Amino acid sequence: MPQQPVLALCSALCLWAALALPLVRVAPNRLLSGQPVYLADLLPHGGWLTLALLPVLTMLALVAWPWLRARSRQPPPLRQAVDPPPWLTPLLLLTMSLTLAGLLWLAGGHASLIAQTESRLARTSLGAGFWSLLALIWLMCQDALSHSQRSDAWRAALLALVAAPSMVMIWLGCGDDLSIMKEYANRSDAFWQALLRHLQIVSVATLPSVLLGLPLAWGCSRSGALQRLLFPLLNIIQTIPSIALFGLFMAPLAWAATRYPALAQAGISGVGMAPAVLALLLYSLLPIVRSALAGLQQVPAAATTAARAMGLSGWQIFYQIEVPLALPVLLPGLRTAVVQTIGLAAVTALVGAGGLGALMFDGLFSAANELVLLGVLPIVLLAMLADALFKGLTALAGHGTASAAANGAVR
Amino acid sequence: MIDFQGVSKAYDGVLAIDRLDLHIAKGELVVLIGPSGSGKSTALKLINRMLDHDSGRILFEGREIYSFDVRDLRRRMGYAIQSVGLFPHWTVERNIATVPHLLGWPAARIADRVTELLTLFHLEPALYRQRYPHQLSGGQQQRIGVARALAADPAVLLMDEPFGALDPVTRAALQLELKRIHQSFGKTIVLVTHDIDEALLLADKIVLLDQGRVVQIGTPLALLAQPASEFVPDFFGRADLGIKLLSLKPVAALVRPGPAAPGSPSVINSATLREAVASLAAHCVAVLNVVDAHNTVLGSLHAADVFAPERHG
Repeated sequence: MPQQPVLALCSALCLWAALALPLVRVAPNRLLSGQPVYLADLLPHGGWLTLALLPVLTMLALVAWPWLRARSRQPPPLRQAVDPPPWLTPLLLLTMSLTLAGLLWLAGGHASLIAQTESRLARTSLGAGFWSLLALIWLMCQDALSHSQRSDAWRAALLALVAAPSMVMIWLGCGDDLSIMKEYANRSDAFWQALLRHLQIVSVATLPSVLLGLPLAWGCSRSGALQRLLFPLLNIIQTIPSIALFGLFMAPLAWAATRYPALAQAGISGVGMAPAVLALLLYSLLPIVRSALAGLQQVPAAATTAARAMGLSGWQIFYQIEVPLALPVLLPGLRTAVVQTIGLAAVTALVGAGGLGALMFDGLFSAANELVLLGVLPIVLLAMLADALFKGLTALAGHGTASAAANGAVR
Repeated sequence: MIDFQGVSKAYDGVLAIDRLDLHIAKGELVVLIGPSGSGKSTALKLINRMLDHDSGRILFEGREIYSFDVRDLRRRMGYAIQSVGLFPHWTVERNIATVPHLLGWPAARIADRVTELLTLFHLEPALYRQRYPHQLSGGQQQRIGVARALAADPAVLLMDEPFGALDPVTRAALQLELKRIHQSFGKTIVLVTHDIDEALLLADKIVLLDQGRVVQIGTPLALLAQPASEFVPDFFGRADLGIKLLSLKPVAALVRPGPAAPGSPSVINSATLREAVASLAAHCVAVLNVVDAHNTVLGSLHAADVFAPERHG
């Protein structure tokens, strides 16, 4: 039984993905799916194959290491856990980082070769092998980091460091001849506009949701009646499919815009931002109100009593005492809301709100897979960034408070 | 300083305070005591309007408390509670500075005041001002709680069972500190407790309440020696009434001047007669040497004097 089950399984899958799945696909134009090209094909001769497989073999050796060590002892310990060696995590992260950069270099290099030797329309796209290896590498890094005792922010920083060499290579133009980068080059203006629009939709939906959710949570913490009324409502909203909810808002908004021209002049209509933002706002309300209420409820009653007795006003108690003390519970809820909104904002392209979802649907409707990816990948990255950001903020908010002390005691 | 005039307060139709009349003079340390449900804590909370009374009037510095802005009223009254209620996300310094901050004191004045208060409570300012409440012991937290209540030099200090949650040793230490602070600053203090010994130790005046009514108001000695009704000795405990009376008088009152009696144990002149009697009993002697804080012999204490009938006169 290997000591690192995730690592062992992922290493084996890596070996399979590298040998059996195409690293890239070469097609005569952007709409055809193309011929598979395997990792082995991209390496000049057989000797290089060993080099490419070296990372995988290293991983297998690392997996086997504690087992070998245990075997060499007499008598062998019975199912006794052997701590992984301290150099395992840094070595693994370094290997992963270099492997990722190497794969990108091979794929990008092949794309450049095709671009120089074949027709201008020919496309080299990243294949199933590349994406599988990327996912496996990400999994292995996550697994290795999950064993460390470091904070979430530290883990996020290390993951960013693993991706750094590949990012630098993309920035230097190594992947410029890959299909997805060509899609980007063709529409770089539209891409950045879509990205900005996406961020705009997310912030315009999330900020009012916070501004509305905090007072609602405050109200719920004082009034059981409001809580009993509000939560079933928010739960029902959460169960409505997003497209249906956008649709529900389109008719009333269109009517309101014709009835009150001032609204129409302010840019509100049945399609576009207005129904999208309204729906996203309602979706994010549940996680925000729920976590804010839980946060407010765990504020020690003695603290609010003392604050009142010392002559703080209700508002001062709220923003000086209650909100800061609720933050360690509130922020994870806000994280859920923001990550969920970033994802759902992709669907708002269907009601004409634009954003990265528009690129994605363009790609879907014209069967251009790489264009779909150009829309989807930034959404995934944004969600991961937001997740890491809020985890960092949560760690900061918990610093120095009683909850931090409690966490410390648990560790 | 504070006047209750026919004040009543009911919860759901049940009277918690029944036509309470009470005068608290400036500089007095008044202890409200009584069994559970006697209304002692309610009476305290009426003073800074944490609760509203139903009828009657409460005057603070001669003015009806409802003529003040409620926040202004509360900022002029320190308030310390059993659960302390320090703000866990603020340092000791920021906690103490709560009211001065609200009053808009300049930063330098606040910093000086924090240093002064920490020193007053024997907490090294450099060591403690940047700490967070969870880094303090229970006794230290309550010291900071009282320091915070005193921060803006309020006219009155209201204390609701402030030492109830502490261990006996820490409680005794804090009681002595409070007594010292009261004696040196002459602050008006209203303290609620159910601890009879605490009341006897600290109070200038005890207000004994039962079912929302005053049973007796008077000095600790008056309540023990001249009870107004059968309830008073019942509450204070008939069995050890004599011992409690001894705890009200210091050794200094009965010292016979003279040289040290050889071989007798000594007692400090600031100790109570109760402690002296305990020492007499423990050493099986009839005479103790009385010394002052510098261990200089002042004279002797004779068991016969302690138990002489004229002492109660």
